[in-house]
Amino acid sequence: MLEKALKGTKTYWTLVISIMVIMGVAFLFYLRQYHYGLGVTGLSRDVTWGFYIAQFTFLVGVAASAVMVVLPYYLHNYKAFGKITILGEFLAIASVIMCMTFIFVDMGQPFRILNVFLHPTPHSLMFWDTVALGGYLLLNIIISRVVLDAERKAIAPPGWIKPVIILSIPWAISIHTVTAFLYAGLAARPFWLTAVLAPRFLASAFSSGPALLILLCLLLRKYTRFDPGKEPIQKLALIATYAMAANVFFILMEFFTALYSDIPEHLMHFEYLFLGLDGKTNLVPWMWTSEILALIALVLLINPGTRRREGTLILACVMVFISIWIDKGMGMVVGGFIPNPLGNVTEYMPTFTELMISLGVYAMGLLLVTGLYKIALSVRGEVRA
Amino acid sequence: MKIDRRKFIKFTGLTAIGLAGTPAARAFTGEDSLLVNEAGRQPSVENPLTAKRWAMVINLKKCIAQDGCTKCIDACHTVHNVPDFGNPKDEIKWIWKESFEHAFHEQEHEFINEALKHAPTLVFCNHCDNPPCVRVCPTQATWKREEDGIVMMDWHRCIGCRYCVVACPYGSRSFNWRDPRPFIKELHPDFPTRVRGVVEKCTFCEERLARGLMPACVEACPEKAMVFGDLEDADSEVRELLRNNYTIRRKPSLGTMPEIYYII
Amino acid sequence: MYDSGKVITGIIVFLIIITFPVWYNVARGKANYVPELEYPVDTGRCVADSAYIRAYHMDLLNTWRDQVVREGIRVYRAADGRTFEMSLSNTCMNCHQSKENFCDKCHDYLSVSPYCWDCHIDPKELKR
Ligand code: SF4
Ligand code: SF4
Ligand code: SF4
Repeated sequence: MLEKALKGTKTYWTLVISIMVIMGVAFLFYLRQYHYGLGVTGLSRDVTWGFYIAQFTFLVGVAASAVMVVLPYYLHNYKAFGKITILGEFLAIASVIMCMTFIFVDMGQPFRILNVFLHPTPHSLMFWDTVALGGYLLLNIIISRVVLDAERKAIAPPGWIKPVIILSIPWAISIHTVTAFLYAGLAARPFWLTAVLAPRFLASAFSSGPALLILLCLLLRKYTRFDPGKEPIQKLALIATYAMAANVFFILMEFFTALYSDIPEHLMHFEYLFLGLDGKTNLVPWMWTSEILALIALVLLINPGTRRREGTLILACVMVFISIWIDKGMGMVVGGFIPNPLGNVTEYMPTFTELMISLGVYAMGLLLVTGLYKIALSVRGEVRA
Repeated sequence: MKIDRRKFIKFTGLTAIGLAGTPAARAFTGEDSLLVNEAGRQPSVENPLTAKRWAMVINLKKCIAQDGCTKCIDACHTVHNVPDFGNPKDEIKWIWKESFEHAFHEQEHEFINEALKHAPTLVFCNHCDNPPCVRVCPTQATWKREEDGIVMMDWHRCIGCRYCVVACPYGSRSFNWRDPRPFIKELHPDFPTRVRGVVEKCTFCEERLARGLMPACVEACPEKAMVFGDLEDADSEVRELLRNNYTIRRKPSLGTMPEIYYII
Repeated sequence: MYDSGKVITGIIVFLIIITFPVWYNVARGKANYVPELEYPVDTGRCVADSAYIRAYHMDLLNTWRDQVVREGIRVYRAADGRTFEMSLSNTCMNCHQSKENFCDKCHDYLSVSPYCWDCHIDPKELKR
């Protein structure tokens, strides 16, 4: 089946090759990081995790969001998702692989990474996160392969795959929960020490993931013969709407607890993110952009008129995606480090090298999505000749 | 086609198992017997200093009185090959002075004695009895030694994920952002340096204790402001000091149970 | 199998390329090269006999490492009862005069790169 990704039109190959060029350039930057050390990044003694870990966190969400198409299709037998379920699963596979790569590039000693398995440590959540992500990747590879294979041969998928699919549903929830637990269990970091972090992660994932899927479907419709139809897109939009509403609600709850309790240690992180601390304001414009985009997107999504019109729906999806990307991909992780546990303010901004390496990882994800979607559409004969 | 592939996978799989098995195979043939060191289980070359629970009491009054003294810091950083990068971004430190308001920011208040507020306060790893850094480490590269409570570091095993740095509420840990060797003023051959990509911190001088020596910082202090000893021994000097003085610890409310006590 | 002709040619070209260094050395008459190592004067003092050390020094050092760092055991008792401090810098390098002409030479020849010396310091190298 994989060979389907190797036969394509000129446009397909141009796309594939340009992505590979980006990856190649990024790899050179990674070599530089590997030889010099993580000092090439903007990280420091005070802000020890940054862009890489934040992208990892964000992408775990995208991976988990596949459950938003898998669940209605398999559990509620919602037929309209038949065409896009496989796309959701393939997106999950690409995202998990990007997550793992982001972890890898963030390691100080990447070639010792097997130590996590040689010395398994159940009291460490990072160990469980590795297990959860690895398992989720495996589940999705098995499911998508078996289902697509059956589809190609025009037979019903084997019966044993059903329980595997059912298992993948709670598993998807678990990957993002465990990822939230990485942060939410640390006495040292009051900003993350909140029980609502895991629900908030899930809500933001279940809006940004479907938003991305809508955009991908519409792109495919434009450039291939694939047509998801109106109904599944609208259903996805509805899911993104509910999840985004929940996400904004959770953020407001965070604000309430921090502002009303007025505990300085907790409050200072919000102060840094939205007002700046000690005259340091790097993240302030970003955070306000994120919140404002979230509100506009919410209005566009909740209003049935703008949700149904394709132009405004696309706009809303882009806004949801950017808003949550800033929130999780910058603010959430970096905000937890500023001020540091001693009350000192050290700021962080990713360096060019760091951004290039990240771009390379995203390019790899895009390449995977392109190849996998190509396979899915070829099997169904929906590729434009 | 299918069978070929399956055969191929089986073949590679078996090869991998075979390779993984070699050390075990060696052990079975008995060739490995020299590696077993049971007969020679002897903790140290000389008379080691031992305790059930090591702890430190710092007399801040005495320490603050020595304005500008850095003898303990220099001693520690020299014997442990701690590099000096000269910039805060790459900085590595095992023991340093932090202003009182930052070291103890729960104790600070509006009308606090101005001198105390800015007083340089000696801080380093607390060797917490309930260490969050150990709880989060995915490889046990940092762990609490059960026999004496020292929170250890294994620089051979650390993967540089920096989760421990994130989890330590006291900022005690440093990461090697780049190769430290060129930035060590004077290499000290008895102790290893570190490589880029691992985390380091104070180890209560466990390598010196094993040789019967007190921690380097304690030894270097001209004022005897740092006292090191066994908390489980009721007659030890640290217990004596804790009995007779009012002492505080950093962030006790977090339940990490720091083993460094301050007389203020 | 499809395209067996192309596949087999491909495999042959591949084999020629990856074995090229071997042919190259044979042609230059260097195939029998063995590095000349600088041994300590008194070889009998080693913690184990040479054959064992040659084959298993890495395992021995790994065990030493784990026992010293993780278990706090610092003394090694050899098969004949002599005891040694388990230390690469202080025990091994006491007798071995030169890391360059002993460790490195052989490791380079075998193209292995253990990372011992990334951290541990050869006291003699320091003096120079
Ligand atoms: S002070 Fe920090 S590094 Fe030291 S034991 Fe406590 S938590 Fe760990
Ligand atoms: S950086 Fe090293 S010591 Fe710290 S948690 Fe990761 S593996 Fe453990
Ligand atoms: S106890 Fe040893 S390692 Fe810790 S600060 Fe003092 S000298 Fe440094």
